[in-house]
Amino acid sequence: MDSALFLSTLAAAATAHGGDLLVLALALPSLALLLAFPLGGRWAGRIVLLTLPLGLAVAIAIAAAVLHGGVPIGYHLGGWAPPLGVALRADGLSATLLLTTAVVLCAVGLYARADFAVPAGVAEARSPLAFWTLLLGVWAGLNGVFLGQDLFSLYVALELVSFSAVPLVCLSGRPETLAAALRYLLFALFGAVLFVLAAALFYGTYGTLDIGLLARHLADAPTIPPAILAAAALMTLGLLAKTALFPLHVWLPPAHAGAPPAGSAVLSALVVKASFFVILRLWFDLLPAGLTRQGAPVLAALGAAAILFGGVWALRQARLKLLVAYSTVAQIGYLFLVFPLALGAAALPAGGGAAAAGALTGGLVQLVSHALAKAAMFMAAGLIAVALGHDRIRGLGGIGRALPLTVFGFALAGLSLAGLPPSGGYVAKTLLDAAAAATGQWWWSLVLQVGGVLAAAYLVWVLFNALRGWRRPPTLIARPRRSQELIVLALALAALALGLVPLSAFDLVTIGHTGLTAVP
Amino acid sequence: MSVTTVFGVCAAALVGLGLYGLICHAGVLRKILAFNVMGSGVFLLFGVVARRGGAVVAGGGVASDPVPQAIVITGLVVAFAATVLAVALLLRLAEATGRTTLDADAPSTAESDR
Repeated sequence: MDSALFLSTLAAAATAHGGDLLVLALALPSLALLLAFPLGGRWAGRIVLLTLPLGLAVAIAIAAAVLHGGVPIGYHLGGWAPPLGVALRADGLSATLLLTTAVVLCAVGLYARADFAVPAGVAEARSPLAFWTLLLGVWAGLNGVFLGQDLFSLYVALELVSFSAVPLVCLSGRPETLAAALRYLLFALFGAVLFVLAAALFYGTYGTLDIGLLARHLADAPTIPPAILAAAALMTLGLLAKTALFPLHVWLPPAHAGAPPAGSAVLSALVVKASFFVILRLWFDLLPAGLTRQGAPVLAALGAAAILFGGVWALRQARLKLLVAYSTVAQIGYLFLVFPLALGAAALPAGGGAAAAGALTGGLVQLVSHALAKAAMFMAAGLIAVALGHDRIRGLGGIGRALPLTVFGFALAGLSLAGLPPSGGYVAKTLLDAAAAATGQWWWSLVLQVGGVLAAAYLVWVLFNALRGWRRPPTLIARPRRSQELIVLALALAALALGLVPLSAFDLVTIGHTGLTAVP
Repeated sequence: MSVTTVFGVCAAALVGLGLYGLICHAGVLRKILAFNVMGSGVFLLFGVVARRGGAVVAGGGVASDPVPQAIVITGLVVAFAATVLAVALLLRLAEATGRTTLDADAPSTAESDR
């Protein structure tokens, strides 16, 4: 009883200081970045490992504050309200993603401690310094994306994420990773220019870049101006290139498979979600429903194509890391099914609000469980590759006996990706399925089922190869650390545990989106 | 045709040219330059927006809206950083493989020289 009272007092305190918490979430990684780079050497890693738990605490406090208050928290920088100033805002979506980011980054930081330690006898090594500072850069950028309430701040934050993520791809310096990083950068730049072009059109039409003000202008407009139509299309296209939705996914598999395991985990789990989050903001918080309801089936059709092609391509890969990367292409597709399901449900005459909230929650649960599961999978694949010296799927024979914890973690993460009960992926699919049934869009649930079968197929293919040759386990060229194996297992279990928590725990997600009409 | 319209058309042309170059050229350096052409078009568009906004605020005077100018300055810094990063990656790629394109199927010149 006392502890419950204590917790609610803490949550109340967090609500009272909500705005300051938002500033702290931005300032913490940025300050750590500014310190880690000049101090360098062993300090870079130490600073990151010190900052990550603090960041996790801030993210938990923000989530508690949003949940306790039941309304989004806002903050006006310098006390200037939009349109003059720039606002920060955390609604349920932001709070969920801030928390996911902090959890995944903590796990990645602990996992990377062994891989990116400065070797004894050297004061500073290139790749540890680069990795730790880039990790802070990605984190600062992501928090900026999740909290930004103005299109230009979102642009700058997205660029910070991209510029920090691209060098993560080519940390090893191998030629094929350099080419992958360059291709990724060119796609990201293409997306960025389209985004800022669209921002110019928004500003030119309404004289503001604040999402809330733009939404109000658009809601009042009798007809949507053609410049806004162009801007919406350009911005969505640019963000799709950054999110790697089919058919703009070609940069993703080589980039995500070429990065070091800890880097792949960050790229696949978090970085592609940043641009997806901005698409959510754009489609649910900014554009009027009349426009989004027409465009949503297009996005979802691309998502369906991503699910099907990504799944088939994943099955055809010879290397484990590439298989996991193609599985990301497929899993990104699920996120885009949210648009027709949530918007269709919101338009229902009765009980639409609840169904729409269900669809949105389903999408977010899919996002979070994919983030946890995919980080676990990439790190497991990294451990396997280090232990065997290669990651050819056909050559995995006996690894299930040599590294049982790692393979078990991989399999548990796979359960969530395939949407099998009891996992986060299963809850997500159930919620999306329910929304499809409520809105009569049965074809999307067909896609969900086929995607699940494909994911199960590539998971079984990997496990079949890993468990073959049980009698003759392979000789390992290096034994992974037990701590790294445990982190993989912990992340996979977290993805699984999402399926066991009661559904009411996801109420956080929809705060600020009751019935999908954004509450200003 | 007013000045803002002329500049607006120029901005659209620059964005179109840049987009064509970014997608159609094989050479990475050309792609990077095309990205910069596209960026110039966007910044010009912001200039048009600033001029038009200023005309509305100041009742047809020469004053211009300062917000797009601030945005352009930030955008220039970001575009500069992007160009530097891309060129640095390209230099490393050329050093490592001798290639200046991303087409992995094309025979690399460094390998055929050996």
